[in-house]
Amino acid sequence: MGLNAQNITNEELFYGHKACGGCGAALSIRLVMKVLGKRTFAIVPPNCMSTVAFIYPSMTFGCSGAITPFAGTAAFEAGVEAGAKELGLTDYTVVGFAGDGGTADIGLQSLSGAIDRGDRIMYICYDNEAYMNTGVQTSGLTPYGAKTTTSPAGDRLPGNTKAKKNVFEIVAAHDIPYAATASLGYPEDLLNKVAKAKAVNGPSYIHIFAPCPTGWGCASELTVDLAKKAVDTGLWYLAEYENHEYTLNRNPKEFGDVKEYLKKQNRFAHLKDEDIAEICRIRDAKWAQMRTHWNA
Amino acid sequence: MSEKMFICSDEAVALGAKLARPQVIAAYPITPQTIVVERLSDYVEDGSLKATYLHVESEHSAITASLGAASVGARTFTATSSQGLLYMTEGLYYASGARFPIVMMDANRSLALPWNIYGDQRDSLSQLASGWIQLYAEDAQEALDLTIQAYKVAEDPEVMLPVMVCLDGFVLTHTYEVVEIPEQDKVDAFIPYQNYANKMDLDNPTSNCITAGPDYNLEFHYQQHIATLKAGEKLIAADKEYGELFGRTYGGLVETYRTDDADAVIVTLGSVAGTTRCVVDALRAEGKKVGLLRIRCMRPFPEKEIIAALQHVKAVGVLEKDIDHGCEGVVFTNVNSALMRGTTKPATFNFIAGLGGRSILKGDIAQCFDKLLRQAAGEPQSPTVEFVKLGC
Repeated sequence: MGLNAQNITNEELFYGHKACGGCGAALSIRLVMKVLGKRTFAIVPPNCMSTVAFIYPSMTFGCSGAITPFAGTAAFEAGVEAGAKELGLTDYTVVGFAGDGGTADIGLQSLSGAIDRGDRIMYICYDNEAYMNTGVQTSGLTPYGAKTTTSPAGDRLPGNTKAKKNVFEIVAAHDIPYAATASLGYPEDLLNKVAKAKAVNGPSYIHIFAPCPTGWGCASELTVDLAKKAVDTGLWYLAEYENHEYTLNRNPKEFGDVKEYLKKQNRFAHLKDEDIAEICRIRDAKWAQMRTHWNA
Repeated sequence: MSEKMFICSDEAVALGAKLARPQVIAAYPITPQTIVVERLSDYVEDGSLKATYLHVESEHSAITASLGAASVGARTFTATSSQGLLYMTEGLYYASGARFPIVMMDANRSLALPWNIYGDQRDSLSQLASGWIQLYAEDAQEALDLTIQAYKVAEDPEVMLPVMVCLDGFVLTHTYEVVEIPEQDKVDAFIPYQNYANKMDLDNPTSNCITAGPDYNLEFHYQQHIATLKAGEKLIAADKEYGELFGRTYGGLVETYRTDDADAVIVTLGSVAGTTRCVVDALRAEGKKVGLLRIRCMRPFPEKEIIAALQHVKAVGVLEKDIDHGCEGVVFTNVNSALMRGTTKPATFNFIAGLGGRSILKGDIAQCFDKLLRQAAGEPQSPTVEFVKLGC
């Protein structure tokens, strides 16, 4: 039987931090740590989570952790793994928690290196679709049409002008033993993917869709709801890559209402109908590709 | 019995690192460091060194993976040069701030632009403030010995800081000398593995590489400053103990040569000290009172030693392969600042030479001494920073 709300541990291994109300990143770490347990090394680059969780003399992780240079989450993990192995440690997990910018942009090189070497590390990308820690700037994973402080919306631009980088597929292209996408809107799916990744004897990657109420301009109680709607509208997808194959875990016959999802977030408040049509066009092209080439 | 081998300094460093038995090596190739990482790869492959060698994708990842390995308490080695050292810069500050005893070799090489692969010391000297203990070897034997001693200092519980062993690109890295190789069992006894305190532990969780706001930040840096100063004492002790075990000592943080009654002294670091020593002997044979002070350790800076050796000298010249454009050579800045604190201050001069690998010949050094001796004889010399052999 898989992990679910009834059998998951009540033990908390990430609490007492200073994250905003409704923080999707903090909820991601909280859920992941429930699966990984105490025998974990948690590696976090400079981002919201290291900012709220490593302030001397407080300690918020229930396991050992460290802040790594921004570009080097996976390299730091690789070093921890190599050191732990040489010291004869057993029964532990090395996990990294990086945001979308820390993964898709500045951290991509070291992530690629670690996957290529086959280092036994787990890498979690919590994707809140912009650089939130520095005040909501656009990243490689900001979606089309989202307004950020560096992709302003006005007469000339509709906010961000390009689709999200396909990081899941970039990772999978290394023929990684296990990679998956997940969403806080589908926590059981997430928990079981983490359990699967934990058992992998090599690199594993999970890309979690994790709303940020502060950066998105939405009510803080909507985090889980929006994360679910993102999947239901087809703007995010749940998938896995293992045994050299892609599999779609959810393949909805009909997509939910995109407009309703967008209008709950201030970052999309400026969008015109043609912008929303473009968002749907990008979505449909993505799904056509996935449905054609991936197991569904 | 120790054996003797005819090897280059890169190989000497690789052998020194092998004898120190690092558990993790993370490195990225760059000329003229490459022989070090090639040899270490060979040792791991043939089983003579039991370690994990991480073939990382950049120098940034080399230092970051080293941070990771050191963060769980593994003995760690890396090596780089020039642009690679600059690419590591962020990680250098992490290593010292986190108090991780990583040992790294830097093959001193010029910095772009202009692009240049040959030796000067602008790379490591640009990182004096990074918090690393910084040591400079004069020859292959010292490069090997310093690599081993570096672990002794780095892992001392009162120090716990990273150490950079610097040697001149090509002039040392690629030239061959007879080097005595210490016995493994004696090296093991000299630097046994330490179970150091500030590491990530599965049973006793800790937060590492932390954030410290205005309330604590100053205190962390004060502690680091004190530990860095402490490393000077530890290096002197390590040099002495090493001498007792292996029969070689180098004199601690500085090496002085014929400075006791000198009117004019050249201060320098690295391999050019050997050439300078020859010039000192030649000028002494002519009855000229000249001497040499070789700085072996730039951080911590040997202020007391420099004052003690030089405050009664009439003219001091700092000969360095470095320039802080629009100011002066940074070695000069350090030496001059130290001499300001003596009871008497010599006249000080700065000679910039050897940039981008240009040879520093005996005649060039003799000219520097000539200027210093004129000053010492009461003929005031221009204090302007002098670029030696400019325009040839």
